[in-house]
Amino acid sequence: MLTYTLKRIATGLLTVYFIATATFFAMHLVPGDPLAGNKAMRAEIRKNLEHKYGLDKPVLVQYGVFLGNMLKGDFGISFTQQNRLVNDIIKDHFPVSALLGVLALAVAACGGVLFGSLTALFRGKHVDRSVMFLVILAISVPGFVFAALAQYLAMRANSVAGRTLLPVAGWGTLRHMLLPALVLGLGTMAYVTRLMRSSLLEVVHQDYIRTARAKGLPKSRIFFSHQLRNAILPVVTILGPAIAGITTGGFVVETVFVIPGLGRYFVQAVQQLDYTVIMGLTVFYGGFLVFMVLAVDIAYAFIDPRISLTKART
Amino acid sequence: MVDPAPAWDPSLFEPVQRSSIQTGVARPSLSYWQDAWRRLRKNPQAVVSLAIVVALLVFTLFGPLVWRVDPNAPELTRVSKGPSLRVEARVLPELPPFKQETVPDVPARPEADGATLPAPERLEWIGEPTIEAVRMRWTPVPGAAGYLVYRSEEPPAGGYLGLPVGTIDGGNTVSFEDSFNLEDRAYYYSVVGQNVAESKQAITRRVVLPPGVSLADAQTIQPGAKPGDVVRFPLRPFGTDSLGRDLLARLMAGARVSLFIGFCAPLLSLAIGVLIGGIAGYMGGSVDQWLMRITDFVIALPFLLFMILFKVAFGAGPGQSGISAMLVALVVLSWTSAARLTRGQVLQLRESEFVQASRLLGARPVYLLLRHLLPNTLGVILVSFTFAIPGAIFTEAFLSFIGMGVAPPTPSWGSMCNDGVQTFLTHPHELLLPAFFISIAVLAFNLLGDGLRDALDPKLRSVE
Repeated sequence: MLTYTLKRIATGLLTVYFIATATFFAMHLVPGDPLAGNKAMRAEIRKNLEHKYGLDKPVLVQYGVFLGNMLKGDFGISFTQQNRLVNDIIKDHFPVSALLGVLALAVAACGGVLFGSLTALFRGKHVDRSVMFLVILAISVPGFVFAALAQYLAMRANSVAGRTLLPVAGWGTLRHMLLPALVLGLGTMAYVTRLMRSSLLEVVHQDYIRTARAKGLPKSRIFFSHQLRNAILPVVTILGPAIAGITTGGFVVETVFVIPGLGRYFVQAVQQLDYTVIMGLTVFYGGFLVFMVLAVDIAYAFIDPRISLTKART
Repeated sequence: MVDPAPAWDPSLFEPVQRSSIQTGVARPSLSYWQDAWRRLRKNPQAVVSLAIVVALLVFTLFGPLVWRVDPNAPELTRVSKGPSLRVEARVLPELPPFKQETVPDVPARPEADGATLPAPERLEWIGEPTIEAVRMRWTPVPGAAGYLVYRSEEPPAGGYLGLPVGTIDGGNTVSFEDSFNLEDRAYYYSVVGQNVAESKQAITRRVVLPPGVSLADAQTIQPGAKPGDVVRFPLRPFGTDSLGRDLLARLMAGARVSLFIGFCAPLLSLAIGVLIGGIAGYMGGSVDQWLMRITDFVIALPFLLFMILFKVAFGAGPGQSGISAMLVALVVLSWTSAARLTRGQVLQLRESEFVQASRLLGARPVYLLLRHLLPNTLGVILVSFTFAIPGAIFTEAFLSFIGMGVAPPTPSWGSMCNDGVQTFLTHPHELLLPAFFISIAVLAFNLLGDGLRDALDPKLRSVE
């Protein structure tokens, strides 16, 4: 178990290193001037700025400096935001994104398991059909449309109620978080619902369910402690990739709902070729994702004793 | 010691009656694809989806031949018009210049509490309200230091009066002209007095504006138009966007971009993926190892970041739409899933009996790959192609939505959504129409993919 974890951590670090290297060179190959945002400037000022950010050195030397600083955990100063440390940007804005992501994931997981169970219990009935129709709808409609619609509906509800029931933008209280989390979690919730449904329907035919039924256990007991418990496993596996999806979707939701999360800075930095912010956030996101997938895999082994991580995998 | 063969005994045999032999096959034989097509046709969801896909293709390929409107031509006199089939409007009479009305005898009392001020007693229109301007006057409120005018499209409720359209300084100025983006519909105007704080008491009056066109606007369409004439302007069945461009024409042109990327990106990435996966699976050994490490590396790249970097690197030049840059980026980043899929299939098939038989008969590797291995993976690949299309459409829409997609003025469904979301609260059709088209296309391809999977591979039949 420990060897496996260490091995995974080592591969993870290697992956992050590869991502960082690829991003670094791709970024420097992109035509464009990271200092161009500051309009016309005199040659001396430009030279000073280039010196300050180390842009006057050859790219390979810059790469070496970057790697050295990365090992120390220092990503430098943002080009476009005056004297702001990349580490500070992450420190200030990541908690917001993370909170939003956790809420969205909770919405997705709870809603998905609930609706998936409903559809499987009422297979072929109206409940099943209507929920599955909604699921297809949720998969087919882009997230930003849901975001705009949710904002519009909240605005109408507010105007009918005559006071702010749900704020349509901004961040701060739990009420601010409800709508964005719901919108962000919707797509994943649809996938979880689908997965939960097929997984539950598969489990129904297992021998242990027949045994439980033959023992005369009450239906609710069979459902909760045999069917649901076994069917929920695949859901755990997709939570890892789902985190990646939710981070990407977070960019849009953060833009539409004006939430001061990390996603907006990322998109902005790429648009303005803010080298240090791009590198810092890429390494941070890469490491975060690798870590989350690993955590999910380890959690999986604890939940499902049939899976042994130490055995050779194909 | 072998027993001697039993003696020939003709009585054990009897001739078969000719009529009992079945000649020919009971049912006509069906090829794999014929069978798949037969299954697909039995699936109503898949048939409807296929019809929608064909309809979308007709819409984008032949639509512009019928609907010859330039999708990029702005018409500034008709901005953000909702869908409508009306093509005629009466020219409104020329408006006299607006003069503020003041009453001399309202002394401002700075000490009055604004929140407790009464509402104006009367609110009346000056002249006929038209879509060019709504002019109003009201009775002065003693103690008011100014007034606020609100406009709402629904009856005001719960203290929400609508959009603030005007602030009047001075309690003795009791008139206002609203000429901001008026449309032919009902409005509710509310006037409240204020003195530091805003009064809770409002007077509200409803007005229904008749359709019409202002003289200045009419003269841009028909130079000699006079008040009272009826002018004809071009039909805009789906309305116009915030720059007055025809939405129907833009949807057709946008479909071309969205569907082009939706088809071509998966097609190209499949071609590359199948080739690499096929080679990796067939060759095995170190070739396989290396190709799969490259695949793993590409998978690990952060998708969004590299999409944007590619976009910036390849096609940011002025006058370029950036479609090809986006296509290249999508292909480079998404061939991996097809490669893995093909490799898995080829690995499985390589050891199957019919391939070994073919090899035994002396088939060359290229022949094996092209004749046996790839055709047999085609079904699975076709299914993954159908599912990759909505993915590509989504990615295009997402990138265009965050402003990193096709460059304006080239329309795509995603960039139209991006334009529409800014005016969504006032003119929802500008977002809802392109969003509807994206959704219907993605829905159709998803359902078609489900149907194809069921038809091509009964083993994978979904539980639904």
